[in-house]
Amino acid sequence: MDNIAGRKPALTWVVHLSVVVLVALWLLPTLGLLVSSFRTADQISNSGWWSAFSAQERQAPAIRLEGEEQQQGATYVIEGTLFPATDTTLTAWGTSSRAPQAYEPGQSVDLDDGWQLVVDDRGLFRLSAPQSFEGERLPRVFTTATTPPEFTLQNYGNVLSGSTSGAGVGQAFLNTLTVSIPATVIPILVAAFAAYALAWMEFPGRALLVAAVVGLLVVPLQLALIPLLQLHNDIGIGKGYLGVWLAHTGFGLPLAIYLLRNYMVGLPKDIIENARVDGATDFQVFVKIVLPLSFPALASFAIFQFLWTWNDLLVALVFLGTDDDRLVLTARLVNLMGSRGGQWEILATSAFVSIAVPLMVFFAMQKYLVRGLLAGSVK
Amino acid sequence: MHPAVQAVLTIVIGLGACIGYFWASNQLLDRVIFPARGANIARNIRRASMIRPWLFLFPAMFALGLYLAWPVLATLWLSLTDRDQGGAFVGLANYAQMSQDPKFWEAIRNNLLWLVVVPAASTAFGLLAAQLTDRIGWGNIAKSLIFMPMAISFVGASVIWKLVYDFRPVGQEQIGILNAIWTGLGGEPQTWLTMAPWNSFFLMAVLIWIQTGFAMVILSAALRGIPEETVEAAIVDGASPLQIFFRIKVPQIRSTIVVVWTTITLVVLKIFDIVLAMTNGQWETQVLANYMYDKMFRAFDWGVGSAAAMVIMLLVLPILVWNVVNVRRETR
Repeated sequence: MDNIAGRKPALTWVVHLSVVVLVALWLLPTLGLLVSSFRTADQISNSGWWSAFSAQERQAPAIRLEGEEQQQGATYVIEGTLFPATDTTLTAWGTSSRAPQAYEPGQSVDLDDGWQLVVDDRGLFRLSAPQSFEGERLPRVFTTATTPPEFTLQNYGNVLSGSTSGAGVGQAFLNTLTVSIPATVIPILVAAFAAYALAWMEFPGRALLVAAVVGLLVVPLQLALIPLLQLHNDIGIGKGYLGVWLAHTGFGLPLAIYLLRNYMVGLPKDIIENARVDGATDFQVFVKIVLPLSFPALASFAIFQFLWTWNDLLVALVFLGTDDDRLVLTARLVNLMGSRGGQWEILATSAFVSIAVPLMVFFAMQKYLVRGLLAGSVK
Repeated sequence: MHPAVQAVLTIVIGLGACIGYFWASNQLLDRVIFPARGANIARNIRRASMIRPWLFLFPAMFALGLYLAWPVLATLWLSLTDRDQGGAFVGLANYAQMSQDPKFWEAIRNNLLWLVVVPAASTAFGLLAAQLTDRIGWGNIAKSLIFMPMAISFVGASVIWKLVYDFRPVGQEQIGILNAIWTGLGGEPQTWLTMAPWNSFFLMAVLIWIQTGFAMVILSAALRGIPEETVEAAIVDGASPLQIFFRIKVPQIRSTIVVVWTTITLVVLKIFDIVLAMTNGQWETQVLANYMYDKMFRAFDWGVGSAAAMVIMLLVLPILVWNVVNVRRETR
């Protein structure tokens, strides 16, 4: 089939180009957030993330001069720098918002009262006057400067250590982990036994049960929220981790049973029947033969369930509650979008903390994910 | 107790209880109730093997019944009662009340729009991506990157796209890429998420972005399964690549396209996180699942909330029936 395109070089180029465009479209949004998470708040709000890789010339907000005054002969002098940390090159400056680029670096400018101000291209300034500055309001300086590309890990430090007040992303990360691991492990075993029974044991009503599982596969979990919350309250679980684990287990079971049963049905009949002839019980056949052979399907489901529980918002909101110390990452992100919608450095970084784990799982286990998708979509 | 410790304990206790249950119940059956020895050995073995499937099935069936099947009926009942009157039966009053709510009709309208646009666009993009990536050397890498959003949560995706749609007033530098391109082309900066009715489409873009990878993976496998002879015959007959694609390949994978379409439809019907995170249903972007969440957990009106949930169930029902019928046909 490949040679259809191969015969027409022009067409091959079109294909390559279209895929490049497609991939770019799909990658750019994520890339934008990733790049933003490594920029300072100031950089994010002043220029688009796509310009983060080039040196930028921009106007900075006004800086009020400050410093200790020194007496040099008859003149009083204040010296200092406008850009304490960064490797910035000044291209123009001014003292009024109406003409922020009035002067060149190094130019000496006369202000009122005999004051003189010089700002050089490194941002070093020298303010001098014949009388003391004591009690005077020092002038503001507007700068236009070029800054080199600069990236920082500071955002991640802030967000994870919790020094950004109210962000609490580190705690939310632990909460999410606490929710998703048991919610992934528990359903697997329960489902595996049921799947074995549905695949390899003869009993009346088997086909009906398989159909029921397929039906439950698509029941929206929205319908389960209120009745189950009531149930949890009645039996004393209330809102908490136990409730979330149980809910995720219940909601994950149909897919687990469906995936595993489909896989187990395809296992070679000979092996299982030979084992039975040799006197193995069903329990032994299951534990010693079927379970190890089903590893790919188990892995597929585990990835699904992990991604689903890690990324879930609704179940966690309803069954874990909205207390601040119990929020999972997704719920925390929704809160941040409301309260800190403009603070992209916090939002972007928090989002990436929450995305990082599923992305790692995705790239490490993609093979099993694809296999599971192919087996799991109801045909 | 620290939640992490609790989690580890839960795993240990949960798994231990599972294994313990299955082992002990099988032992009990084989050794005590129907032992495979003595005078009635044949009858005992037969009876034990009649009961055993149910031992294997019981925990799963119990959980499924309690966590999925029963709640459907319970929600149906809730939708017919009024919480303020102590759960008294009120017939269809909640549904009547809901039908008076303009927000409900807005949600229905938007949901229908989502139902048309998202599965169609995701399937189309997925088919395009599958067909294109299958014939180039670096196709697998491209696939991986298009597939990647599948791993990202709806909320994470909302943050990602909110940056894309970010708005700054005229005169300031745009930091959202959409407005940057728009102003670069000479337009005025727009607040994309508040401009009804187009804002719904900007929300749909997020879900299309996520679901295209899924469609691509499934359709790509189906495309590879097409017998090569049919394609070769078409080439010999002088068909153009476009003709081959639309006349030969697409008809052969029609059933897979239907599967992809219905699976994405199910996701769309339950869509909640994206709307909650990006607009919370403001500016005429409400959808059913978010409407339901609003009623249940913000207004605490369980009756109307349950009624909205039943509407979602009603919309899912045709797909449910169709799936069950198909599986019954296959297993027969």
